[in-house]
Amino acid sequence: MYEQIARNKRASWLLMATLVVILLLLGYVIGVAWSGSTDAGLGTLGLFGVIAIVWSVVGYYSGAGIVLAVSGAREVTRDQAPQLWNVIEEMTLASGLPMPRVYVVDDPAANAFATGRDPRHAAVAVTSGLLAMMNRDELQGVLAHEMSHVGNYDIRFATLVGVLVGMIALVCDLFLRMGFFGFGGRSRDSSGAGGVFLLIGIVLAVLAPLGAAIVQFAVSRRRELLADASAVRLTRNPAGLASALEKIAADERPLHHANRATAHLYIANPLRKKKVRESAGLFDTHPPIAERIAILRAIEHGGAAPAGV
Amino acid sequence: MGIALIVIIVVVIVAVVAVVAIYNGLVRRRNQVDNAWSQIDVQLKRRHDLIPNLVEAVKGYMEFEKETLTQVVNARAAAVSAAPQGPEAQAQAENLLTGALRQLFAVVENYPDLKANQNVMALQEELTSTENKISFARQFYNDSVMTYNVTIQQFPSTIIAGMFNFRERQFFRGEEADREVPKVDLT
Repeated sequence: MYEQIARNKRASWLLMATLVVILLLLGYVIGVAWSGSTDAGLGTLGLFGVIAIVWSVVGYYSGAGIVLAVSGAREVTRDQAPQLWNVIEEMTLASGLPMPRVYVVDDPAANAFATGRDPRHAAVAVTSGLLAMMNRDELQGVLAHEMSHVGNYDIRFATLVGVLVGMIALVCDLFLRMGFFGFGGRSRDSSGAGGVFLLIGIVLAVLAPLGAAIVQFAVSRRRELLADASAVRLTRNPAGLASALEKIAADERPLHHANRATAHLYIANPLRKKKVRESAGLFDTHPPIAERIAILRAIEHGGAAPAGV
Repeated sequence: MGIALIVIIVVVIVAVVAVVAIYNGLVRRRNQVDNAWSQIDVQLKRRHDLIPNLVEAVKGYMEFEKETLTQVVNARAAAVSAAPQGPEAQAQAENLLTGALRQLFAVVENYPDLKANQNVMALQEELTSTENKISFARQFYNDSVMTYNVTIQQFPSTIIAGMFNFRERQFFRGEEADREVPKVDLT
């Protein structure tokens, strides 16, 4: 299980690096296409780097508050939800993490998510439907999964990947618009290199957002599996989380407060669930829930996780 | 002379930085072990504090179960007085208390009135959670000890650990570990 965690971490960082390379490549190509000189290409490359940093910093400090507000979460105290509070406190003891702020979303669909920029500024939210549906062991499994997202810095990771993907999409959009209306005249009097780069730029601008989204979802799926594995390490009880996921899979109500921007944060895809598939598609934010349950059940029965995970 | 001197200075700086980093890492892990140990005590104390409330709440309902209650009360008293006598005596007394509490909760199942009582339900949740917290705190203590001991044994941190007298710590061995049934493969 420890190797599984390490492998997932490596894959995540590789994907993150890919995103940065795509963004910087875009900066260079667009710069050259625009002016025809490689110096300008390096200039836009640097400019994109700076914007990415500034944007990340803003997202870093304000992301959690926005997510909680959009999800309709309200903060609860120990007295308002004693069992929920206790179960989270148990997980802080098992993981050595500080106590996060605790939120409840009033919604009959069973789901949960964690957010915040680091473990000291973390928030964990569950739906009232989850509290009603789960027994103590299952609740513990779900919250172990969420606290694992906190402990693995997935909450920060999700924010940064979201910023990069958003920026790539925006840049490509701008480039395509400007390409058609803005610098048609410029490229005519520039050298041939500019023209070639303009072509490359257009192809990149069409493909990059698609590629970035695929990368983001791949990161998200990896991180979910990692959080499942870490949750088992905390509770030493794979059956609790497995049975919680079974209940969530059987629950067909969509979550009203979730949207495409926050879907990847939840323990199970809140937008679902027309069909159950055996393998993950490129645009899925979560691995198939059946696969996650199968892995947990395999751990429960003393075996290793199935290959390929 | 210039290049040789610069090389020597760089090597010395790198070595110093490495030693400081390893030393700080060892201190951090040792503090984590100490902190994890004190968390266990916090939870044990909390259990001692909760038990009188529970006994008070169920006493009226359980006229015929005096023996079970007395056992819990005695086990608690023994656990409280065993606390200063060292980890081994403490662990033994706490395990007895865990057993007595389990028995009490099993008996509570037979009293529908009692099970429905809000106060008893709240206390039962608190005690269940405290039991969990005790075992999770022990688990985290053992995890911390493992990381710390591995660091002390591994090269190159083992040199720094030896220089500054970082000693290995003992794992906590609970009753669970003793009772674990070995897996038997009959195929």
